[in-house]
Amino acid sequence: MTGPSDLAPLLEIDRLSVSYSSRGGAIPAVVDLSLRIATGESVGLVGESGCGKSTVAMAILRALGRNGAIVGGSVRFRGRNLADLDGAGLRALRGGEIAMVYQEPMAALNPSLTVATQLAEVPMIHARVGKAEARRRAAAMLGQVGIGEPDRVLAAYPHQLSGGQQQRVVIAMALLGDPSLLLLDEPTTALDVTVEAGIVKLIADIGRRFGTAQLYISHNLGLILETCARVCVMYAGQIVEEGPAEALFRRPRHPYTQGLIACIPLPTNDKNARPLAPIPGQLPPPRHRPRGCVFAPRCVHARPGLCDVGPIAMERADASARQVRCVRWRDIAAADVAAEAPPARPPVPIGDEVLRVSALQKYYPIGEAGIGALISGEGIRTVKANEALEFSARHRETVAIVGESGCGKSTFAKILLGLETATGGAVYFAGDEISRIPVGSRTPAQVGALQMVFQNPDETLNPSHSIGAQIARVVRRFDKERRGFGIRGRVLELLDTVKLPREFYRRRPRQLSGGQKQRVGIARAFAGNPKMVVADEPISALDVSVAAAVTELLMDIQREHGTTLLFISHDLGVVRYLADRVVVMYLGQIMERGTTAQIFAPPYHPYTEALLAAVPMADPAVSKREIVLEGPLPSALDPPAGCPFVTRCPRKIGRICEVEPPPQRKPVRGHVIACHIPLDELAAIEPVFSAAPDAAAE
Amino acid sequence: MVIFVAKRLALMALTMLVVSLLLFLLLELTPGSVATKVLGPYATDEQKQLWLAANGYLEPLWSRYIGWLGRFVSGDFGQSIRFKAPVADVLWPRLWNTAVLGFWTFAIMIPLSLALGVLAGMREGAGLDRVISVTSIVTTSVPEFASAVLLSAILVFWLGLLPGTSPMTSGFDWRQLVLPVLVLVLYDFGYVTRMTRASMAEVMTMPYIRTAELKGLPRRRVVVRHALRNALIAPFTVITLQINWLLSGVIVVEYFFAYKGFGALLLEASLNQDIFLIEACAMIAVFVAAATQTAADIGYTVLNPRIRFA
Repeated sequence: MTGPSDLAPLLEIDRLSVSYSSRGGAIPAVVDLSLRIATGESVGLVGESGCGKSTVAMAILRALGRNGAIVGGSVRFRGRNLADLDGAGLRALRGGEIAMVYQEPMAALNPSLTVATQLAEVPMIHARVGKAEARRRAAAMLGQVGIGEPDRVLAAYPHQLSGGQQQRVVIAMALLGDPSLLLLDEPTTALDVTVEAGIVKLIADIGRRFGTAQLYISHNLGLILETCARVCVMYAGQIVEEGPAEALFRRPRHPYTQGLIACIPLPTNDKNARPLAPIPGQLPPPRHRPRGCVFAPRCVHARPGLCDVGPIAMERADASARQVRCVRWRDIAAADVAAEAPPARPPVPIGDEVLRVSALQKYYPIGEAGIGALISGEGIRTVKANEALEFSARHRETVAIVGESGCGKSTFAKILLGLETATGGAVYFAGDEISRIPVGSRTPAQVGALQMVFQNPDETLNPSHSIGAQIARVVRRFDKERRGFGIRGRVLELLDTVKLPREFYRRRPRQLSGGQKQRVGIARAFAGNPKMVVADEPISALDVSVAAAVTELLMDIQREHGTTLLFISHDLGVVRYLADRVVVMYLGQIMERGTTAQIFAPPYHPYTEALLAAVPMADPAVSKREIVLEGPLPSALDPPAGCPFVTRCPRKIGRICEVEPPPQRKPVRGHVIACHIPLDELAAIEPVFSAAPDAAAE
Repeated sequence: MVIFVAKRLALMALTMLVVSLLLFLLLELTPGSVATKVLGPYATDEQKQLWLAANGYLEPLWSRYIGWLGRFVSGDFGQSIRFKAPVADVLWPRLWNTAVLGFWTFAIMIPLSLALGVLAGMREGAGLDRVISVTSIVTTSVPEFASAVLLSAILVFWLGLLPGTSPMTSGFDWRQLVLPVLVLVLYDFGYVTRMTRASMAEVMTMPYIRTAELKGLPRRRVVVRHALRNALIAPFTVITLQINWLLSGVIVVEYFFAYKGFGALLLEASLNQDIFLIEACAMIAVFVAAATQTAADIGYTVLNPRIRFA
C-alpha cells in the first residue's frame, strides 16, 4: 500500500498478520494489514470491538503477550525492522520513540505510586537525567497538558484525581519521553462528553505543538473525523477502506463503511425523518471468517461466485489515495447510496400524561469521620443527588434525561423503580404517588408496569440460568393468567418481539453476544406489558452497528406496545435521534427541559450548549462551534451556592451566578431554562451546528 | 492517620477487655472450682473456705473481676500451682524463648517465601512457577510432627549433625535451634509463598504493569517499583497472622524437641489445670492476636494509598 503523503514515512506496516495461540488453535487477529504514517501525521483506525485495532498498536510495540505473535509481514519504524530489536533497543523504542495512551486512565496508572514517581521515571530512563531534573520536566509537562496546579497533582496518587486529570497525566507521561509517534487507544471512551472534548482538543494541540505523529484508535467515527487527516476502517482483522477523512466520510466506498455511517445517530437527525439502518447479521468469529470478502455475509451487494472466492486485495479507488478492499466498489458507487436509506416514518401520536415528577428531592446523608466532626457535632453532611426535579412524560412518548456522570440521573431512575425512596416531593405514575414506596411494597401490577433496561447486559443476566428461564420468571411474576405451557409460549413470543431466534430459549448468557444479551434484557423488561420502561444507557456498552439495531428494536417495540420510554443517556446524538422531549441535568438539578427541537436550537442553557458542542460529529457536512469546559465537575458534597454550573460556565455574567439560584426562564410553553442570562441574550446566540462552509462544493 | 491509629488501638483495647471478661467468667465464675484446682482434689471443704476467704473470693463477682483485672494489668498473674512460683517468673522466660524461635523462623521464612512467591508469580505458568508451586504444596501438606520425625531421622540419627532435643539446659545453643526452626519454616513457607504468588500473578496482569513496560522501563524496575508494592499488600496480612500462629501453633514442635517455649508451657498448664498460668497464657495469646491484627490493619493502610486517603 502506498501512502498519500510526500513526507518520509515514520512507521511502515507491511502486510502484517498477527495471531494469538489458544487451545483450539491459532486465532488470526490481524490479517494482511498495511499502513503508513508520515512524520507528524495523524491517522485514525476505526472499527468495532474484536476487529483487531488494539492488536495493531500492541504489535507496533511488540507487546503481544506470550500467546500473541507476528506471523507475517513487518513493522518498520524509521526504516528499522522492529522485529530485529534486542531487549535494550525495544526498551528505548517503547516510551522513547513510540508512546501509548490508554483507554482506562485509572487502570493505566499505578495505584500505589505518586504521579511524580510515575512521570519522573520516563525522563530518568530515556533522557538519563537526575531525579530533580526529571521532576522539574514532569511539572513542566503537566502544565503543557493543561493541568492547573502541577505541584499538587505531582504529589497526588492517581485515585485522588478526576478521570480527565488522570488521562492528562497519562498523556503527559507519554509525551515526557519525547516520542515521535503516539498510539492512542480509545483515549476518551471512559470519560464524560465535556471532559472528552477537552482531551480531544489537547490531543490535537499536541500534534501541532510537538509535531508528534498519531495513530488514533477508536470505535467512534465522529472523534476520528475531528482528530485525524486520514482514516483506516477495520473489519474482522483487515483494513477494508482507507482514505482522507473528509472524503471517506462524505463518500464511503466500502459497504461496511457505508453501513457504519448509516448506523450513527447524528445530532442533526431524528428518528422519523431519517431512521437508522443497522447492518444485518453479526461479526464472524475469527476462526470462522468466510473465504473471500469477510464482510460478504452481511453485505447487501455481495454476489456469490464473485465475493466469496479468493482473498480480496486493496484496490486504489480514486485520485485522493482512497483504497478499498471490495471487488464491486465501482458498481456500488454507481448506485446512489442515499436512496437505500430506510423510508421516513410517520410520527406517533402522543397520549395522556403517565408520569408526573414534582419537586422531587433525594438527599443522601454522609457520615463524617474525624475528630473535628465528632466534637462539633456536625457529623452528618448531605449529598443532594436530586434537587427539585420537575417534569412529566406522556403515553407513547420518549423522554430523555441527559447529563454526565454524577448528575443524578441514575438516582432518579432508582427512585422511579423503588430501589430508593425520595426525600421530598412526589412522583405520580398512572395516578399513584410512588416516590416513597420501595419496590418490595409495590403491587405486582405497579412493578410490572414500570420496568427497566440496564446499561450493562453482561452484569444483569444470571450466568447460570438459561435465557428462557430468566424471561419465564418475569412472565410468571407479572402475567397471572398464564400457567405452564402458556408461559413458554409467551417467552417464545417475547423472543420473537426482540428478534432473537427461538432456539435461544435453552441458551445461557455466555453463548450470546453483547447485543443479543441486551435484547434479552429488553424482552425481560417488556414481559409484564409495562406502561413505561426506563432505559439507563441501554446502548452505551454496545458497538456502533449493534447499538443502532438495539435502538431501532427498542423504538419498534415502543411503537407496537404504546410504551412510554424514559431514556437516560449521556449521548446527545442518540437523544436527538429518538427523544421527543429532553431533560438536561447537572449536579442533581434540571438545567433545561423542553421538546427535542427546543433543546437543540437556541436559546440554549450554557451547559446544553457546551454538551452539544462536545458531541463528536461523524458528518463532514456539519460544522460546529468549539466550546471546551474548564475544570472538573464540583463535588456533590459541596455544590456551588448559586447556579450549580457556575464553576465551569463559559458565559457566567457575574456574582449573581455564584450566590443566587437561577430563575426559570420560559421562552415558550414547555421550554424551561434555569439561567441568570436574560432570554433575549440566550436566544441571540449562534446555533452550535451549522452547515459546513465547504459543504456546498460537494 | 493519627485518628485512624487511635481508633484501631481503642478497638484493640476493647477486644482485649471483652475477652478478659469472658475468660474470667469461664474460669472463675464458681469460686469453689477455683479452690479445688488450687488446693487439689483432696482438700476439705473447710480448707477451701479458708482459702477463698483469704484470697477475696467471697466478694461479689464484679469487684473480684475489677481486682483481677487490676492485678493482671500490673503484671501480677498469681501463683503457678505446677511450678510453685509466681506465674510471671515462669511465663516471661518461656515467652522469650518462643520469641527467639519465632524471630529466626520469620527471619528465614519471610524473605524466602516472598522471593519464591514473587519469582513464581512474575511469570505465571512458567517452569519456575510450577517447580515452586509444587514444592510449596508438598511442604505445606506434610504436618510438623511428620517432618520433625523425618528431619530428626536424617540430621540427628543418620548424619549426626545436630542434637535431637533442644532443652537449652546449659545456656543458649544455636545448634539446638536449627531443627525447630527448620521444621517450622518448612511447614509454613509454602503457605506464604502461594499467597504471594497468587497476589503477584494478579498484579502482573494489571494494565498499569503494561503501562510501565511500554514506558520502556527495564523488567527489573517494572517488578521492583511497580509490581512488588502492590503485590505485597495481600501477603502482608497473611504474614502478620503467622505471628499469631507461631505463638500457639508451635506446641507440637516445642514439645517434640523439648524446647522450653510458650507453646509447651501452655500445654503443660492445661494438662495440670494450672488455672492462673492458663489465664496468663490465654491473655498473652489474645494480646498477641489483637496486636498483630491491629498492626496488620495499620500496615495495610500504609501500603495501600487508596485506603489511606479514603
